[in-house]
Amino acid sequence: MLARAARDITPGMTVNLGIGLPTQVMAYVAADCPVCLHSENGIAGVGGLAAPGKADRNLIDAGGGYITCAPGGAFFDSAVSFALVRGGRLDLTLLGAFEVAANGDLANWIIPGKSAAGVGGAIELAQKARRVGVLTTHTDKHGNPKILDRCTLPLTAVGCVNRIYTDMAVCDVLPDGLHLVELAEGVSLAQVRAATGAALIVPEGSIPTF
Amino acid sequence: MPLLDKSTSLTEVIAQIRDGACVMIGGFGVPGTPFTLIQELVRQGPKNLTLIKNDANEPGMGVDWLLSAGMVRRLITSHVGLNGNAVRMMNAGEIEVEFVAQGILAERIRAAGAGLKGFVSDIGIGTLLAQGKQTVEMDGATYLIEPALEADFALVHAARADTFGNLTYAATARNFNPLMAMAANCTIAEAEIIVPVGGIDPDAIHTPAPFVDHLVALPQELMEVYGVVKR
Repeated sequence: MLARAARDITPGMTVNLGIGLPTQVMAYVAADCPVCLHSENGIAGVGGLAAPGKADRNLIDAGGGYITCAPGGAFFDSAVSFALVRGGRLDLTLLGAFEVAANGDLANWIIPGKSAAGVGGAIELAQKARRVGVLTTHTDKHGNPKILDRCTLPLTAVGCVNRIYTDMAVCDVLPDGLHLVELAEGVSLAQVRAATGAALIVPEGSIPTF
Repeated sequence: MPLLDKSTSLTEVIAQIRDGACVMIGGFGVPGTPFTLIQELVRQGPKNLTLIKNDANEPGMGVDWLLSAGMVRRLITSHVGLNGNAVRMMNAGEIEVEFVAQGILAERIRAAGAGLKGFVSDIGIGTLLAQGKQTVEMDGATYLIEPALEADFALVHAARADTFGNLTYAATARNFNPLMAMAANCTIAEAEIIVPVGGIDPDAIHTPAPFVDHLVALPQELMEVYGVVKR
């Protein structure tokens, strides 16, 4: 699914990869693909992860990982960094999710009574990137669907998600509902339906796989 | 015309921060966190502080020293996920925490520094973070009023300063530092290198000296906490 999400990162894009799973997508983007990676702590033009022993104490991404700056990269303060986000300069962001809904609502920052460590930059990324992809396992560790008709947890942003990448499928959120776009290799339509908590609109004919 | 030398002693300058003060602290994770100023603040020990910082650092580092010393009443922040101690204190009611979306936190600080009362935004509409906020109708839609966020003191970390207080930052250690330097009644900067006036190209300055009140020189050998975090 990381490799599948990476295929939607195309030349010329400015992209922000959320903390956790989304950050790992970077490893699947072709090294010669001209992509400007933004990290909200103040860099556009992330080169990659710093080699072991080569970390610069002043150069991290928003997740705290040591990175390098690509030739042509820029550093800026946090207000400029979010001006870039809110001003619509991000072509794509990939974010994690606790829950994502068929109407594009995203919940990924607070589980009342359990996890509430703060929202960071997620609200602005989710609300203002031109395209929002969610990267998540299809079900939680108890096997419950994470893709629901409506979110039950407090929202990060309303109606913000365009595409969902999971270990089982790729789905698009469109005005008429949740569309199945692709199935993971070896996964059946019936399995995806059973693992999804929302109605799926399925294309006619054979479903592409990834 | 000569320009004032703002170099001062660490002990004297931190002694201005008294019980109940509101203190902004620069940094995003380790980069840009003014550990030396924080360490002296802990040594002097004022209580009931309100802190404004992007994050709570990690256990045993920076902001966590202030939390563990029981000096903090309230923390205004975007995220404390890397500091389990801060999460525990928040859940136990030992500190009051206000979460602000990261870019809104930055912009509220910037607004104060720019002499504005606040600004209008649609970030967080339809979420918990919009609750209790004043709203305004514009162009047929509802927006939130985000008040400016100012402080009594700003503690910032610069890579380089001149003696007048012009500052430059290194890489992602810039983050909230230039915004906070503008937003407090009294801005205290620690700098790794202090050069004579004229030693920084005026075109390269990130924070102009009129925003900086006091300057503290760091020792040539930085404390270990400034270094690369080994995880």
